[in-house]
This record gives sequence, C-alpha cells and structure tokens, in this order.
Amino acid sequence: MAVEPAGPKPGKLTAGRIGIYAFLVVSALFFLLPLAVMILTSMKPMDEIHNGNIFALPQHPTFDYWVKAWSSACTGRDCYGLSPGFFNSVKITVLAVPASIALAMINGYALCFWRYRGSEFLFTVLVFGAFVPYQVLVYPIIYALSRVGLFGTLPGIVIVHTIFGMPILTLIFRNFFASLPVELFKAARVDGAGFWGIFVRIMLPMSLPITVVAVILQVTGIWNDFLFGLVFAGHDNLPMTVQLNNIVRTSTGTVEYSTNMAATILTGLVPLVVYFVSGKWFVRGIAAGAVKG
Amino acid sequence: MGATNSSVVVREVSLNFGAVEVLKSLNLDVRKGEFIVLLGPSGCGKSTLLNCIAGLLDVSGGQIFIEGRNVTWEEPKDRGIAMVFQSYALYPQMTVEGNLSFGLKNARLPRDEIDRRVKRASEILQIEPLLKRKPAALSGGQRQRVAIGRALVRDVDVFLFDEPLSNLDAKLRNELRVEIKRLHQRLANTMIYVTHDQIEAMTLADRIAVMRGGIIQQLDAPHAIYARPVNRFVAGFIGAPGMNFIDGTIEEAGGKPVFRAGDARIDLSRYSFEGRSEAGRKAVFGVRPEHVATGEAASAMPFSAEASVEIVEPMGSDTLAWTSLGGQNLSMRADSEKAPRPGDRIRIGFDPGRASIFDAGTDMRL
Ligand SMILES: Nc1ncnc2c1ncn2[C@@H]1O[C@H](COP(=O)(O)OP(=O)(O)OP(=O)(O)O)[C@@H](O)[C@H]1O
Ligand SMILES: [Mg+2]
Repeated sequence: MAVEPAGPKPGKLTAGRIGIYAFLVVSALFFLLPLAVMILTSMKPMDEIHNGNIFALPQHPTFDYWVKAWSSACTGRDCYGLSPGFFNSVKITVLAVPASIALAMINGYALCFWRYRGSEFLFTVLVFGAFVPYQVLVYPIIYALSRVGLFGTLPGIVIVHTIFGMPILTLIFRNFFASLPVELFKAARVDGAGFWGIFVRIMLPMSLPITVVAVILQVTGIWNDFLFGLVFAGHDNLPMTVQLNNIVRTSTGTVEYSTNMAATILTGLVPLVVYFVSGKWFVRGIAAGAVKG
Repeated sequence: MGATNSSVVVREVSLNFGAVEVLKSLNLDVRKGEFIVLLGPSGCGKSTLLNCIAGLLDVSGGQIFIEGRNVTWEEPKDRGIAMVFQSYALYPQMTVEGNLSFGLKNARLPRDEIDRRVKRASEILQIEPLLKRKPAALSGGQRQRVAIGRALVRDVDVFLFDEPLSNLDAKLRNELRVEIKRLHQRLANTMIYVTHDQIEAMTLADRIAVMRGGIIQQLDAPHAIYARPVNRFVAGFIGAPGMNFIDGTIEEAGGKPVFRAGDARIDLSRYSFEGRSEAGRKAVFGVRPEHVATGEAASAMPFSAEASVEIVEPMGSDTLAWTSLGGQNLSMRADSEKAPRPGDRIRIGFDPGRASIFDAGTDMRL
C-alpha cells in the first residue's frame, strides 16, 4: 500500500483565500471596465451613444468604425486612417529596438568585464542619464540632428530612440553580466578568446532571458512614445500614437466617439499583444534578475 | 631570471586595488615540475597572485617569468598556462566536448589534433561517457573533472589551480585530491595550487608557500613548515588543532638556556636556536598538542611536569585534553581509549628540541 501524505493538504479554499480572490477580481474589474467601455462604444453608432448608457451593449453591433479608424479616418486633410502611422511605428520599432539593444549589450559587457580607465565614471554618468527629464534634451537634440541633416527623418528618430534607451538598457545588461561568475570570463580569456569572441561565443548565448526583457521594454516603450515621434520623426514618419492624436483631434462637426475608441484600441493592441505573448518570459526575466542580484 | 631550471619566477611583484596594496613586492621561484601550494587565510592574496601569474590581472610593479620568458605583459593565452577555477567556470551552453575544445579552436589547431587531445584528456580523467552532455547535467565532481580536462588539453607547462576542490563534499575532495596528485606524477608539469585546506597542502605539495597580507611568510617543504615554522603566524596557521603558545622569558641557568613561564622551567639545551639566545628576552614557547605525551611516555621526555586536566574534547580518533603549564593553557592529544577525565592529575612531557620559540616582540623564530 502506498504511503499517503499525512495531514490536510494545503491549498484548500479558506476564508483568507476567498478574500484574496475577491480582491483580485475586484481590481481586475476596475482595470478592465474602461477597456470594456471602449470596446462597447467602438461598436455603437452615434445615436446609440448619445441616447444610451455607456455600459449598455450595442443594439446593432458594427465594425464599420474599426475599418474607418484603420483606413479612412481623417487627420487634417489626409484621410488614410491609422494605417500609415502603424507602418511608420513598425519601421521605427523594428530598426530602433535591435539597434538600442545591441549597443546596450556591448556597453554593459564592456563595462562589466573590460574595466578600463574611467569606465566606472562613464557608467555613473550613464546611469545618471536615466534620471534626466527628456524634455530638457529635446531642443539640443533637434539642433544637433538638424546640423547633420537627420532631423525629421527615419534614421533621426531611430537614433533618438537608441540614445534614450541607452542608460536603462546598459544598466540592465551590466547588472546581468555582473551576476554571471567572473571566472567564466577568466576561463575564456585563458582559452584565448578575445573581446568579441567572449561576447559572441560565451556571453550572448547566456543572455537570452535578459534580452527578452529588454526587447519587451523597448518595443512597448518605443511603440507608446509620443513626444519623440511628434518632434523628431517628421511628417512622413509620424508614428501611430501621433496619428491617433491627430485623428482624435480632427473634428468635423460632431466628435465621432466610436471611431476614436476603435483607433485607440488599435494603437494599444501591439503592446497588449506583446505583454500577452511574452508575459511569462517577462516575469521570468525580471525574477531571474532579482534573484541573481 | 632565476635558475635555469625555474618554471615560474615572480620577481618583486606588487599589485594594488586602488589604495589597497594586495601583493607587496612578492618573490616566488617555482622549479620545473614542482607542485607548489599557496596556503593562507582568506583575503591574503592567493587568488590575486595566481591571477597575476595567469595574466588575468595586470601587476602594478615587478616582473613575471614563465619558462624563462618575461611574460609580464603577455596575454593569458600566450603565457603557456592553464587554469582551473573554484566555481568550475564551464561554458554552460556548450557540451563537455565543446568546453574542452573551445581553447583549441581559438588557437586554430587542426581538427584531428583537437580530437586527439580531447580524447587523451577525457581518457585520463575518465569523462569519455560525458562528452556529449552539457555542464548542467553533471555532478559537481564531474564538472571539476571537466574543468581539469579543459586545462589538460592545452598541453602547457604550468597548471594553475584556484581552490579547485573547495566546492566539493569531503569524500569527493579526497578522491579528486588523489587524482590530481596522480596527474602531477604522470604529467610532471609545474603546478601552482591555491587552497586554504591544510590537508590538501600537506599531501600535495612539494613545497608550501604560506602567505599572509600579500607576503610569502615561508616557502618550504611541508614537513619543514610543520617542524620549523619561521614565525608565530606560520606556526599557528599550520597544524590542527593549533600549536600551544606559552609566554615567558629566556633565562640562563648554569650556562644553559632555560625558558621560564610562571613556576615552570624548561631546559632548552636540546633546542637549536637560529641565532644567539640572549638571556632576559621575552619569548613565546610553542609546542604542538600532538607532541605532548602523558603517563610513562611523559616521564621519559626531556621535560615533564604535573598538570591537572581541565577540559576534554573528544575528536573521534583522538581526544584533546586541556591542562595548564606555568599558569597558561596547554592542549594535548591523547588516545581516545586512555583519555584523561576532567580533574585528573596527570604527568605531561615533551621534547623541547621539537618545540618552536619565537620572539615575543617580532614573532620571529629564535
Ligand atoms: N577587484 C578587487 N577590488 C578591490 N579589492 C580586491 C579585488 N579583488 C580582491 N580584492 C582584495 O584583495 C585581497 C586579496 O584577495 P584574494 O582574492 O587574492 O584573496 P584570497 O587569498 O584568494 O582569499 P580566499 O581564500 O578567500 O579566496 C582581499 O582583501 C580582497 O578584498
Ligand atoms: Mg581566492
């Protein structure tokens, strides 16, 4: 006969647990309610919105406003909807995320393992950079970029995102590398690997978890950015967030809440999807970082 | 540059971390094929010295020669050294085979030469069945074998070990210790081995370098370090349980030197002084617990006295009994079968010729 574990099995529903669940459900509802209102509203025609309760289900649900928001809502004189903004945001994100992460990785690696004269100072300056308010730097960067002819261009906005991602990403990567045993680095040096050899062959394969964290951070950060996109991207590269703002603010007669709601949800969809797909990785990465120091 | 049979020569090497001087004009001359153990308390600079020899730390001053070449500013890979680390430091994403061959691939050795060396090393260390596994799938002992294998394939003259066994449990440690000794006999490379385990030091070393505060205090054969420590620190650091130290003065009685502590007088005519023994000098008399005899054996010793037992500490094979001499504590090792009990009056005795006497001020051997 098998020996059964003795005593009551923990994990049964107790008063405390019910309390916790109740709290969680209430908080979830609290945060989901605005989303629900947005989705409901985006599927209602204007008269239903004007005459009904905001929580009421749409009587004649329609996706027309979603289509309109995507392809034909007007921003000023152009009536192409959000789609150009979406593709601009994709371009900016696809270029800026790998650029910033690759640079920050090399930075963090060099700062951690190849200490040189002044590297500690440089690191301090870099970390300090994370606390400088962006607005302070906007004008100097406009000036600098226009001097080299990159102001209002795609490379310009990519460079701006790369620069502004540097402090926090370098910090993340340096701390990750600092959590690896130095002896690994020493062993690789004795084995004759150089700066790039150690980076590519030893460190890169070990940094997958932290890279996932960095990718999530950068994708959501860059996608949600409004200020830099507005200032630096130039008219042809305006990201989705700026396009959304323009749609919402372009009023021809009445405010079309349904289209605005649909457009807002569309814009927020990418970060949402990123969180859903990578949530587990994200938590794992953060936890790994926390445990290893 | 040291004698022609020198393998590793460390000349006046200093190393500072900021304002902290970790190595202080350190000299060390290791002969070809010698097994040197660096022994010392935590933080005395053992790993630092090893890293300097390996080229993983830049020295602040001095020079390092390996096999007659000045390698002070050479890259680790060009120094003709291999190193084994305490934490194994295996590359986690590579298989055992990948770990062994990584350095050889970096050196662009031909494929068949790499295979030959990996095969030989894995035969010697009996890790052939593990070649396709990743380090995560190995036990601690297996990992350390692989780490030693990674050093072995480099086919170099000098092996550096930084506490390679201290992450292993006692049984594995003994096994691998014997294996390292066997390896040394088979390969006859120079080995420099850091540990703070005295048993490892005593069993493995041709010579032991006892370090403290970035300075080598004594470099000598294990037995010489045990029998004739140059100062009080070395005397106290080597041997477990530690040496007894009794404070007193050196005097002269009837033309013979005598050590006096309280009411005890120890005749020192059998003790060979390093230099002159001046009467009236304050000194410390050191005698190891295992050199103190009891009962009839004690009476037969050149020095013996009555003492009462205060505390006994059973240690398995032996029992450590605490008595006193000249009003100061004296421990002695007794056979567990015939161990005295607290309160017993016993006769203790030892041979002052096997003792060590240190200056009370300088702590140096007299
Ligand atoms: N990177 C560093 N920066 C500043 N001080 C350091 C650094 N590395 C080591 N030290 C200091 O140098 C001294 C010697 O360190 P080392 O690692 O050589 O000691 P050790 O003899 O190997 O000790 P252990 O037996 O604990 O390994 C220590 O006091 C340590 O605090
Ligand atoms: Mg050490």
